[in-house]
Amino acid sequence: MKIILNYILILPIALIWSSISLADPLKVGYIYIGPPGDHGWTYEHDQGRKYSVNKLGDKISTTYLENIPENADAVRAIRKLASSGHELIFTTSFNYMDQTLEVAKEFPNVKFEHATGYKRADNVSTYSARFYEGRAVIGHIAGHMTETNTIGYIASFPIPEVIRGINAFYLAASKVNPDIKIKIIWNFSWYDPGKEADAANTLIGQGADIIVQHTDTYAPCQAAEKAGVMAFGQASDQSAFCPNAHLTAIIDDWGPYYAERTEAVLNGTWESIDTWHGMKEGMVVMAPYNTKLMPSKLIQEAVNMEVAIKDGSLHPFTGPIKNQAGEIVVPAGAVADDGMLAGMSFYVEGIDGDVPQ
Amino acid sequence: MNFDLIISIINIVLIATTPLVFASMGELITEKSGVLNLGVEGMMLVGAVTAFVTLVITENYFLTFLIGTLSGVIMASLFAFLVLILMSNQVATGLALTIFGIGLSSMIGKKYIGTPIVGVSPYYFIVFSFILVFLISYFLYKTKSGLILRAVGESHTSAHAQGYNVIKIRFLSIIFGGAMCALAGSYMSIAYAPMWQENMVAGRGWIALALVVFATWKPGRALLGAYIFGSVSILQMNLQGFGVRIPAQFFVMAPYLATIIVLVIISNDRLRIKLSAPACLTLPFFKGR
Amino acid sequence: MKSYLPKIISRGHPSTIMSYWAPVIAIFLTLLTGSIIFSFMGFNPLFALHTFFISPISTSYGISELFLKATPLALIGVGLAFCFKNNIYNIGAEGQLTMGAIFGGGIGILFSSLDVNGFWVLPIVILFGAIGGAFWALIPAILKIKFNTNEILTSLMLVYIAALILDYLVVGPWRDPQGYSFPKTRPFNESSRMPLLFEGLRIHFGLILTIISILVSWFIFSKTILGYQLKVSGLSPKASKFAGFSQNSLVVLTFIICGSFAGIAGVGEVTGPIGLIYRDISPNYGFTAIIVAFLGRLHPIGIIFSSLIIALTYLGAEDAQLFMQVPQAVGFVFQGLVLFYLLGADLLINYKITFNKKEIYEF
Repeated sequence: MKIILNYILILPIALIWSSISLADPLKVGYIYIGPPGDHGWTYEHDQGRKYSVNKLGDKISTTYLENIPENADAVRAIRKLASSGHELIFTTSFNYMDQTLEVAKEFPNVKFEHATGYKRADNVSTYSARFYEGRAVIGHIAGHMTETNTIGYIASFPIPEVIRGINAFYLAASKVNPDIKIKIIWNFSWYDPGKEADAANTLIGQGADIIVQHTDTYAPCQAAEKAGVMAFGQASDQSAFCPNAHLTAIIDDWGPYYAERTEAVLNGTWESIDTWHGMKEGMVVMAPYNTKLMPSKLIQEAVNMEVAIKDGSLHPFTGPIKNQAGEIVVPAGAVADDGMLAGMSFYVEGIDGDVPQ
Repeated sequence: MNFDLIISIINIVLIATTPLVFASMGELITEKSGVLNLGVEGMMLVGAVTAFVTLVITENYFLTFLIGTLSGVIMASLFAFLVLILMSNQVATGLALTIFGIGLSSMIGKKYIGTPIVGVSPYYFIVFSFILVFLISYFLYKTKSGLILRAVGESHTSAHAQGYNVIKIRFLSIIFGGAMCALAGSYMSIAYAPMWQENMVAGRGWIALALVVFATWKPGRALLGAYIFGSVSILQMNLQGFGVRIPAQFFVMAPYLATIIVLVIISNDRLRIKLSAPACLTLPFFKGR
Repeated sequence: MKSYLPKIISRGHPSTIMSYWAPVIAIFLTLLTGSIIFSFMGFNPLFALHTFFISPISTSYGISELFLKATPLALIGVGLAFCFKNNIYNIGAEGQLTMGAIFGGGIGILFSSLDVNGFWVLPIVILFGAIGGAFWALIPAILKIKFNTNEILTSLMLVYIAALILDYLVVGPWRDPQGYSFPKTRPFNESSRMPLLFEGLRIHFGLILTIISILVSWFIFSKTILGYQLKVSGLSPKASKFAGFSQNSLVVLTFIICGSFAGIAGVGEVTGPIGLIYRDISPNYGFTAIIVAFLGRLHPIGIIFSSLIIALTYLGAEDAQLFMQVPQAVGFVFQGLVLFYLLGADLLINYKITFNKKEIYEF
């Protein structure tokens, strides 16, 4: 009742407001799973958004919706962007997949970009980053740096991306250090600083001297700093929070891609594509190596590895690769194809424990 | 198992359990006076963000914990005003306080997410939490004020008839509860995992509430319950780390299952629960009646 | 010195007029506080309030979304009213919702993978959803009557357990074989899905189920012995012993009703707007519904209104983010405020405030 009354009172103002909103610059919308300040996944997407704004200036205007849950609400959020004049919409989490397609069907003139998914349409592109390339580099570093031969790995949920990361890390680490052991704790959350700190401390207590994380806060890195062990940052450079523990971090750099795709819409050249970029294209970047902790020879090796990954002479999943049962899944000399990588749900030989399922 | 490992596990359990001890002690006093405050999670979040922001601005640890704790006093006063003066439903008001706290803390903390701070050692708090449990037990069972507090929770009408100011006593109990919850929150954002992240309390407020019931409103037992919960949580991480082959989901489930099982065992003794449960819990008090 | 102190006096019997006015006063005060907050944040309060409360429902799609969002809230809320009227504090509706989605959704996935179709599929899916929710609600009910355990605690713990069971299923046995190992099931076939009520809008058959449940609940509350007994039992557990049901069967019955409603809400979400099962199916509908139940003062018709108001705060928070770049958390602040004011204004139903012209001397 009250609402209807209000409606009548405020309607004229609403009409004036809607008539002065201009649609001159290209409106680009972003859907975030978390808050942009998380210093992890969403933070880097927001950095990418800012990069595209800096690059394209007043030709575009961007909007984002944060903390959008991956359920029925996502459709409404995406649709709100589409129906309010946004011509390009980035949906930045896997479980927005079906929701993105649902809205895309209704708005054929709006372009959609869905991160880490695999379903496309004429106006829906997908994009993801080969984070596992970075995982291989940190695996190599960890293999050299560990003294206890024990690595603690804090994982979030058993999805292919996380499992792929564990495997890439372990393959590279065990190559330089066959005695290396990897201890994995599954937290079943992306986002619980207390629990992540507990997991890090537990792993350190079990003898891990390097902490690797695939969760979203910088609590593990802080815990490592406090305990005097080493750690790798996740998604963005976290050295500000743990300067004496932070070896390096895998940074997701979405900026160039966002700018490129936005420009394509401006120029009318946008097409539905599937992008899986890595170090070569600059979507996966290593944070500065910690010169206080790492010997310069190792830094050089890591840099060389980056170069080799970029020029294609090194693929982190080069055979022979065996699964835990000892069966060869990638024969010697071959590399894992993208299909296998995209759906990876097994541990490679040498990793203890089961993938939770 | 070697000695170092055991020490390290105990250490982690201590650090992880302390916020539960603070929050459950606060709630215990509130409930002993006959008021159920479901706003623990919200007060913890507001405490966490207020402490964090204060530390960023002032860089003074004393002020940080003072203002952090004070924020809980303010939140609790709001609750107390509604349930004691306006006689609103305690369950609903408590829930509203939690939801309000979630929203308010996110809004306050928006600008400060990702600001690096220097955390404080958790050990002072761990020591203090044990002293607190002792003090509260002493207060409740050995002092006259404690007796009055329990009497108010037991029967507000007879306490009133004996000339005690029921509203005032409950107001103070609620405020103490809020202060302890906010202290628990401050500990989380300053000592446990020194950072501010939205919703970083992540359900610990609810666990603390559960612990009070679990403990049948006895401070010592609440401490024990908190440590059982904390130990099971940390133990499951250790088992995972050792590569024990059970689906990880079931490990993560363990603390919740354990709570239910222990609760069933404890609650079966009806008489004992009746002896320590505040009979007037959730009932409003109105002088005119 | 002369002072006019307000004094609270019992009315003796609840005021009917005030029970209608209290929500209006509460909403008015919320809007007033909201405009003050928005002014502080540097917005034109009228524009802000319009963005928050009007613009989300200014299109037919927006209104449909409001009902879509309110559907599970109202259904769970009215179920909770059964428990709360009986002084049973079931706060685990979220877990019962999850179990409903697992049971009902599981049957739906089974039918879909066997490619079984037919008009009878959906009723079975919904029935299993109700059974799943009721089963999960029975655990705290039985623990309460057999072992005297506190239901607040057990029902809450079961929320976390249900979430982890769902997690286990979508990561493991129920994972979509064509889904690149992502933790989600295959989509439901058309015959396991809630039919849409209007082409192009998302409101679905679940809304009809909710309306029916609310009407049935209203009938039970006002016209049956059970309803009468819930009322009596809530006021004084001992008194109810003389009427039909024993206190124990009343506990079990209210839990089953509440659980099955939450279960239907859960299966309605997965077979309705979502269309498959994965980890994150509900934005805490089970917890928000507790507010809805109290805001609607445990009355079925009141719950319809309160579910719409709470649904609007979610929608409004999205629009405020989009058009004003205000953090989404504002929505929670509004939810808290409206409830605070309503609970405060409830005072006026049972009590009145008089301003005594009493002289007070201060020294």
